[in-house]
Amino acid sequence: MASDPVERRPILSPVGWLLFAAFAVFSVVLLPVLHLLPGADSALRVPDFAIPLLGKFLCYAMVALAVDLIWGYAGILSLGHGTFFALGGYAMGMYLMRSIGTEGVYRSELPDFMVFLDWKELPWFWYGFDQFWFAALMVFAVPGLLAFVFGWFAFRSRIRGVYFSIITQAMTYAFMLLFFRNNTGFGGNNGLTDFKRLLGFSLQDPATRIGLYVASALAFLGVFLVCRGIVTSKLGRVLEAVRDGEDKVRFSGYDTFHFKLFVWTLSAVLCGLAGALYVPQVGIINPSEMQPANSIEMAVWVAVGGRGTLVGAAAGAWIVSAAKSWFTVAAPDLWLYVLGALFVGVTLFLPQGVVGSLLALRRGASR
Amino acid sequence: MSTPRSSAADRSLAPSDIASSPDTRHGEILYIENVTVSFDGFKALDDLTLYIEDGELRCIIGPNGAGKTTLMDVITGKTRPDAGTLFFGSNLDLSQMSEHEIARAGIGRKFQTPTLFEGLSVFENLELALDAPKTVFSTLFARLGAAQRERIEQALETVGLADTAERRAGELAHGQKQWLEIGMLLVQNPRLLLIDEPVAGMTHAEVDRTTRLLSDLAGSHTVVVVEHDMEFVRSLESRVSVLHQGQLLAEGDMQTIQNDERVIEVYLGG
Repeated sequence: MASDPVERRPILSPVGWLLFAAFAVFSVVLLPVLHLLPGADSALRVPDFAIPLLGKFLCYAMVALAVDLIWGYAGILSLGHGTFFALGGYAMGMYLMRSIGTEGVYRSELPDFMVFLDWKELPWFWYGFDQFWFAALMVFAVPGLLAFVFGWFAFRSRIRGVYFSIITQAMTYAFMLLFFRNNTGFGGNNGLTDFKRLLGFSLQDPATRIGLYVASALAFLGVFLVCRGIVTSKLGRVLEAVRDGEDKVRFSGYDTFHFKLFVWTLSAVLCGLAGALYVPQVGIINPSEMQPANSIEMAVWVAVGGRGTLVGAAAGAWIVSAAKSWFTVAAPDLWLYVLGALFVGVTLFLPQGVVGSLLALRRGASR
Repeated sequence: MSTPRSSAADRSLAPSDIASSPDTRHGEILYIENVTVSFDGFKALDDLTLYIEDGELRCIIGPNGAGKTTLMDVITGKTRPDAGTLFFGSNLDLSQMSEHEIARAGIGRKFQTPTLFEGLSVFENLELALDAPKTVFSTLFARLGAAQRERIEQALETVGLADTAERRAGELAHGQKQWLEIGMLLVQNPRLLLIDEPVAGMTHAEVDRTTRLLSDLAGSHTVVVVEHDMEFVRSLESRVSVLHQGQLLAEGDMQTIQNDERVIEVYLGG
């Protein structure tokens, strides 16, 4: 290495690449095969309900990566990432609504909720969403633009720490209220639902469900590599330096405003992508995704798994979501208490998170 | 990337930075004229005028509250003056520049308490301080050139931290942290170094090394040292400026300063 004229830290270690490849084969190939091949009563068969559930978990894991990128590395705690997730979801939802065509309850060209509200024509901001490419662009552009403008004002004014977190929380609350209104034009509190087709494929078709799951898995793997690429670059080290002492970074000649704005906007865009993949798999998007509690839960995923580890953040999303799936069936009233206890417990006893602590143990053992 | 590797490594300043380097043809590198900074009516700097010559080693002393740290803050853009002018060379108006622009123009600062990137390794701390392109895009695709690595390793040798290059900066002892921050200044390679209390918490041997290092740096760099430790100031054999209540009380070599009636009064309270 030392003889190399120029160096860059590798995105993953050799062992890391091996694990990455193993996970890729497992999630992209093995799971779908185990769903399709074994007989219906085989113990090996991945059941029908599991496919969209796993796809949903992969979307959550993408959000966790995006949150870890800004919180674990740059020290920016967002309690409003649910907004970016939901906006990506709405952009996809609008395309799905438009592709219902005249098969809705009212047999109208307009989405059902507009007919119900007695609207005669499509609002201008729904134009273009009958085209998939346009909707796909908006999935990135809308959350990205909002984050850019929000970040521009917040970071320019040097708002940071808990003040920044509180403003992001207020932002998601404001968006939730805005989207709850019928007049806003996104279906009010019912949101967008009753989707039929994506790119001509029926969403009821098991093959489409597998396709969406595989797309989520590929997107997750891609987002993971993008995040690893950033945190292993010099830019990633600048972000960590911003976390440890922003003033010093400025006095070293870096315009921290640009660095924060870049990673903040990127994080929002990745959340938008996750939201867009999430919506067709769960079949609905409504303003409840913008509840303050949802965004807080995203931060809890990262805290539970381990900040500044990426892998830990994704695992945290799965641990917490799996616990939530189980508890909301077994003891629905208890879930919020369990979530709170989990957060407090991890903060007190595992400040580095579950995976973060395991990684620290391994580092300690190899030293 | 299309840039030849060797030139990317040697290119210490981006073109825009060359355009904004200080003009020192008149001999002075820092012009502080009639600068006033007040906090809630208290004047931390009161109509202060001070010039620093290019390449000199200057010590600034003064009792607590004399305005030494505020002076550093004003020069580096952390605090804005309420009145007066601040020029780096005869051409760069520091009061119009942000912190990172001032740093890129060639003013480096070592804080009173060591300020490091604690979560990063010693090597990485130096890598970030290194004078290399510092924009989002350039850092995203940055590769560490052999020449750059060599400069970092040289700095590690100079400050005696070669054995601890891979350790986390947060784990270092206090004296080592002071040295690391000095090392970061070295690789940042500023024209003007502002050094706030460099020998606080250092052993005698370390103080001697610091004295030699700072004396070596003067000439090719301009060094301004703020210090309490009179023994250390005397050993630097530099010009000394005495601040008192935000104003310049006296200026000259240590001998002159020590015999100055007003300085004796301020320091001995009597």
